[in-house]
Amino acid sequence: MKVNLKIWRQAGPDAPGKLVDYSVENIDPSQSFLEMLDTLNEQLVKSGQEPVAFESDCREGICGNCGLVINGIAHGSKGGCTTCEIRMRQYNDGDTITVEPFRAKAFTLIKDLVVNRSAFDRIMSKGGYVAMNAGSAQDANLQPIHQDAAEAAMDAAACIGCGACVAACPNASASLFVGAKVSQYTWLPQGQVERSTRALKMVKQMDSEGFGDCSNHAECEAVCPKEISIANISRMRREFTKALFTR
Amino acid sequence: MIKKPTLDAKIPEGPISEKWTNHKFNMKLVNPANKRKHEVIVVGTGLAGASAAASLGELGYKVKSFCIQDSPRRAHSVAAQGGINAAKNYQNDGDSVYRLFYDTVKGGDFRAREANVHRLAEVSNSIIDQCVAQGVPFAREYGGTLSNRSFGGAQVSRTFYARGQTGQQLLLGAYGALMRQVDAGTVELFTRREMLDVVIVDGKARGIIVRNLVSGELEEYAADAVLLCTGGYSTVFYLSTNAVNCNATAAWRCYKKGAHFANPCFTQIHPTCIPRFGETQSKLTLMSESLRNDGRVWVPKKKKDDRKPIDIPEEERDYYLETKYPAFGNLVPRDIASRNAEEVCVQGRGVGPTGYAVYLDFADAINRLGKDVIAARYGNLFAMYHEITGDDPYETPMMIYPAPHYTMGGLWVDYNLMTTIDGLFALGEANFSDHGANRLGASALMQGLADGYFVIPYTLGNYLATEKPAPVNTNAPEFTEARKQVSQGIKDLMNIKGKTTADEIHRQLGDIMIEKVGMSRSEEGLKEALEEIPKIRKKFYEDLCIPGDTKDYNKELEKAARVADFLELGELMARDALERKESCGGHYRVESQDEEGEAKRDDENFCHGAVWAFQGPDKVPERLIEELHYEHVIPSNRSYK
Repeated sequence: MKVNLKIWRQAGPDAPGKLVDYSVENIDPSQSFLEMLDTLNEQLVKSGQEPVAFESDCREGICGNCGLVINGIAHGSKGGCTTCEIRMRQYNDGDTITVEPFRAKAFTLIKDLVVNRSAFDRIMSKGGYVAMNAGSAQDANLQPIHQDAAEAAMDAAACIGCGACVAACPNASASLFVGAKVSQYTWLPQGQVERSTRALKMVKQMDSEGFGDCSNHAECEAVCPKEISIANISRMRREFTKALFTR
Repeated sequence: MIKKPTLDAKIPEGPISEKWTNHKFNMKLVNPANKRKHEVIVVGTGLAGASAAASLGELGYKVKSFCIQDSPRRAHSVAAQGGINAAKNYQNDGDSVYRLFYDTVKGGDFRAREANVHRLAEVSNSIIDQCVAQGVPFAREYGGTLSNRSFGGAQVSRTFYARGQTGQQLLLGAYGALMRQVDAGTVELFTRREMLDVVIVDGKARGIIVRNLVSGELEEYAADAVLLCTGGYSTVFYLSTNAVNCNATAAWRCYKKGAHFANPCFTQIHPTCIPRFGETQSKLTLMSESLRNDGRVWVPKKKKDDRKPIDIPEEERDYYLETKYPAFGNLVPRDIASRNAEEVCVQGRGVGPTGYAVYLDFADAINRLGKDVIAARYGNLFAMYHEITGDDPYETPMMIYPAPHYTMGGLWVDYNLMTTIDGLFALGEANFSDHGANRLGASALMQGLADGYFVIPYTLGNYLATEKPAPVNTNAPEFTEARKQVSQGIKDLMNIKGKTTADEIHRQLGDIMIEKVGMSRSEEGLKEALEEIPKIRKKFYEDLCIPGDTKDYNKELEKAARVADFLELGELMARDALERKESCGGHYRVESQDEEGEAKRDDENFCHGAVWAFQGPDKVPERLIEELHYEHVIPSNRSYK
């Protein structure tokens, strides 16, 4: 099969960008979307042109490195998967596909489809953990945790930090990302001591990075490759409000 | 055979169960007030690197942490699905530190160091405590206690897991601890940096040269010690289950500066992966090994039988694992399952469009247990398979084929995890010490975290307290010289201006590696590989094409530099495999088999680690050995018949 592509090209953060037309032929339907882009890049390199810069690593939907807006939707229209998990059999011969980066004020563009998501690291550094030095832990089974609570914590912890939630949000909010981390620890006995400061500090850092606020569009949940629920955002808001008054 | 002087692994004296405890007491300590005066470089942020950097930061050292990704959380440890072993014996099923030690030494086919493995088993329990205290959401029973499962053929249930995301969750725990130290100011984070050389001053590792992958600039950093936590080298095969950016460059450049490389031919090929479909494929996807619990492996008895699997009657199918290994059947260890799959395909009985695949059939299990039970057990895996291949495993058998997955070999380290360069340490998959010739399932995560949380905080302190490294900074001439060399290396690659891409060369290398240095290796094939790899290398240096600029985000340049190193490492792997004339673990030499065609170990001549010392470009490296002694786990034959 063959597809036509409109890909965002931008040499650097301050350079002008535009959509450029390409086409790729002889696509195997078993190819992944990123392998199709690999093929395009190999063609470009061999003809002396600069390949399209995009990121990926594990190529099995777990590292959170890849992330493209495909035909206007972060990680494409299939839902519940990352960009690297998309297979070409989902498209029809002759389709035109638009490919853009994850756009947000807090995600500055590096080159073409590559953006800087370090803001997520800085948010995590403000409380995305249980403050516990190596060596000081008690026996792991000393504190039973209800299976439902452990499962709920795992649901929230499944976030891979790809940033699709931010790219999809009309406000470019990181509320789902932060909400998932804050929620994970509300379900567990570990980290209760820092519960209030975690919510306050992570939210404060999110604001200072230039992410917007949540206004309940729920676009984030729709594109989340790990299908993390926006209930985590309301949980974060509850934690934050409670922390403001109880601190 | 002439035996070379053996390397000193610095294994502490005393009974095996007391070695680590005594060693911890005997090692020197760095005064708490002095720790902040010591700078430590940690390269890589997977389980080993993140846990090491975080733990050293907690102790008060000044740490610089480097990774090639945009965030430390993306290191390839995230992809581990199955779980992590520990000798907790929570199931009351007879597990113990000694049993985990025993199983790991035996599983490694008697090519791992007993003392290291015992220490690994000892600290395994602290890892679980540590991770639970960090809020890692492990699976739990209704009563709230931790769940365990039996994994990879173990006879006890000692594997802890967090859905199919154990690696991801453990890394998030270590990454959280790391980010906490970043916030506290003890760890400085350098993302999107690739280490391209180690800097040696007065015989000791004192810094690194990295390339900033965004600006393309070279940067140098000085420290009192360098920790290499850069993972394994399965991507030398091009197609593997590893992430596409996994590479051997940091370790390889250290090898060329004097860090010896041990057992490079010990690689693990995982039996249950989705087969290759074509030329443009970038990676092989691992399907959980648990599928072999209910799936039956078969191929047609007839060669080139292109009927649909459903049309092949029962009597014309060969359930080769069940017939050959009646005691273990489809659950034989990874290396045996992989080798047999290759064998039937080479015979021409493989299935699928390439002929390099075997069926994994769930029809019997579905008839016996019902579709619902199978869906509950493997629903997500079936869905993933369906998505990737377009075939529905509920209706037609899955097709699987082995894929390179893990490398047991790596930089040689002593008991303290120090390489043959003073002050250069190697942790996790980057070293060679704990898994011998074959790694057991759910042991990789355990080793990475053991090294980072519970070994290096002690042994590094001892090194610093003993050596008292003199002050050094990046103005030293050794830094200037190293930087010049790296810079020249990059220029040389850019100036080739040929027509072949780095990926094309990498694929050619991968084809040779998997065919001749893959699952079964023969003297003839290995000798061919040793002739063919230099030819590809020659082509690489004559016809490589890298577009763009060095001072820019340039993926093609990154790839080319890594392929250059793989082209040398691949040759060393072939050389190591050729010299090791026995079969053991993941290394199978067709010349070394018993009457029934099973792997035959040769303890008389090869009960040692092969340790390769670089002798200069285009020179044959020297093969040193580390003699291995088994006092507790007496070498026996692995039999699965």
